Amino acid sequence: MSSVADMTISPRDAERYEEKDFGFWLYLMSDAVIFACLFATYLVMVGNTAGGPAPKDVFELDRAAAETALLLLSSTTFGVAAVALSSGDRGKVLLWLAVTFLLGAGFIFLEIGEFTGMIAQGAGPDRSGFLSAFFTLVGTHGFHVSVGLVWILVMMGQVFFKGLTAPVASRFMRLGLFWHFLDIIWVVIFSVVYLPGVL
Amino acid sequence: METKSGLQIERTIRPYLVGLALAVVLTAIPFGLAATGALPRETTLIIIAALAVVQILVHLAFFLHIDFKTTPRENLVALAFALVLIFIMVGGSLWIMFDLYHRMMV
Repeated sequence: MSSVADMTISPRDAERYEEKDFGFWLYLMSDAVIFACLFATYLVMVGNTAGGPAPKDVFELDRAAAETALLLLSSTTFGVAAVALSSGDRGKVLLWLAVTFLLGAGFIFLEIGEFTGMIAQGAGPDRSGFLSAFFTLVGTHGFHVSVGLVWILVMMGQVFFKGLTAPVASRFMRLGLFWHFLDIIWVVIFSVVYLPGVL
Repeated sequence: METKSGLQIERTIRPYLVGLALAVVLTAIPFGLAATGALPRETTLIIIAALAVVQILVHLAFFLHIDFKTTPRENLVALAFALVLIFIMVGGSLWIMFDLYHRMMV
């Protein structure tokens, strides 16, 4: 990043950022383990419908496909923001972070619609073991995405007020790891929850 | 490209577009199979699982920029350790619970 004037950092700072990156990576790995446990719980519970709705009755493939498209596109637009960051284009970073935010917000909007629709038709988390596991797993992912949305807003504030300084760029990269990581979790969710559910 | 902090910053959009194109294909195939039900259920499930693994690798490579050259070694070790933990916990849980399930059915 030394190509961008205001992003030069001392070796001591570089070491600090490296430690932070590693620490954040360890957090992501432990988060992956948490999701793995929720996936295991879901797979054990998916057959326990207690006479209530089965996956086939409550999952909408169209909605899952739309959610998938929004999240995948938001990962790509974040990449566009990252490229803008490396060329030091502050306006473009803000623009593409805003686009990423809107795509992520669209995802959350669809998911909230899905959850409220299911609860309205009596398929809430209290109905059966399957639905408890479903809401816990997909809800935990949705909560992570919501936190990511808040983080994107904070990031936009920092880029706007502080500019593309080395600490801001370092935080931006960790936000990127978080955002792309959530997209990976979603790939597992549609492969384990939605697609087998409608088959 | 590598920053001094060890994290990579991409200077070109190319890896993201390659990643997007691969991810679209790897997503469209399982969704298409699930929507049409063209293949038997078992076969479809195996294809979905296999494509999910490939897509995770695509995301790791093109979006998270994990590779064996520039990614710090300790990050790769942490990733490998997490995979071992996940394998033991998911595999072990399913093994125990479904074994229990079958014994209860007798």
